[in-house]
Amino acid sequence: MATDYATLKKGGFMRQKQKNHFSLRLRVVGGNLTAKQLAKIAQVSEKYGDGYVHLTSRQSVEIPYIKLEQIDDVKNALAEGDVEPGVCGPRVRTITACQGKAICPSGCIDTYALAKELDDRYFAKELPHKFKFGITGCQNNCLKSEENDVGIKGGIKVEWIKDKCIQCGVCVKVCRSGAIELKDGKISLDQEKCNFCGRCTKSCPVDAYQETEGYIVSFGGLFGNRINKGETVIPFIEDHDTLLKVCDRAIRFFEKNALPGERFKFTIDRVGKEVFEKEIKEAYENG
Amino acid sequence: MADIHIDDYVDITDVVCPVTFVKAKVALEELDDGQVLSVKLNDGEPVQNVPRSMKEEGHQVLKLTENGDGTYELLVKKVGD
Repeated sequence: MATDYATLKKGGFMRQKQKNHFSLRLRVVGGNLTAKQLAKIAQVSEKYGDGYVHLTSRQSVEIPYIKLEQIDDVKNALAEGDVEPGVCGPRVRTITACQGKAICPSGCIDTYALAKELDDRYFAKELPHKFKFGITGCQNNCLKSEENDVGIKGGIKVEWIKDKCIQCGVCVKVCRSGAIELKDGKISLDQEKCNFCGRCTKSCPVDAYQETEGYIVSFGGLFGNRINKGETVIPFIEDHDTLLKVCDRAIRFFEKNALPGERFKFTIDRVGKEVFEKEIKEAYENG
Repeated sequence: MADIHIDDYVDITDVVCPVTFVKAKVALEELDDGQVLSVKLNDGEPVQNVPRSMKEEGHQVLKLTENGDGTYELLVKKVGD
């Protein structure tokens, strides 16, 4: 019987140069694995692979040297440790994330919770070509959000609370975009310059800023054969449900318009940036 | 704000991040809950990071004053023992 490589690829089995051997990609969400999962992965790589794993560039784990005839045994063994195969090919790939505000002092949003949610919503969804989501917690951009088809970057919108402020000037100093001025005991914030990094409020000794968490979403990022930095359509999305609606619309746009094997960026270019932006704005305003 | 009583003083202008914070933290350890430390620090990274680190450690930043010579004076009240 001929080997159905497309189905294997869909199930995360990447064909190796070595005949009848596969590198099995695993399902990882937001770069986190439990100790139980790691122990099982270690065990499987020793029993069925070559005793090592490869960490991919997008936070997944692959177990190389899995033999074709042992694929089912491997899947069953992994399931005992709550590990599932990942995916390759034309579909929604691993949702990547930095550690976000749950762990990192700079984080503005809960990246892992969002990664989990997007994984439940979109993972492995069939599309005309690969489709990548990446979530980063703040402007430091450790997760490189703009290199993804849809990149999500956490941010904080701030509003000065006059009565709490002690005019220490720390916020003026920490602001990297020069958006804050302290004059005559008054803080003025240049909304045009603010990039929602949140450094002002995080360093404010008396919490004299009101915070609103939100998302800076970019579209059409690529970092392979061709390189393109994803672009933002809406400067700052405050509402979580609106974010999901915008993501839904972006995926639908790709599903509806993309040619087979065409990345999101080129679909946007071919159909027209204005057409795409109009759709995203419409989703933002009306859901 | 002129009547803040200062209990101790540390100059961290002779070190660079992250030792700036370590030096300030060591000085704070010598104090009791509620006492105030005056920290002399440089412009740039120290003034951007040290006040924030103090806040993250749970201490209370009372005041930051520009000395006019590229240095700052930061007053921190120790919270906890």
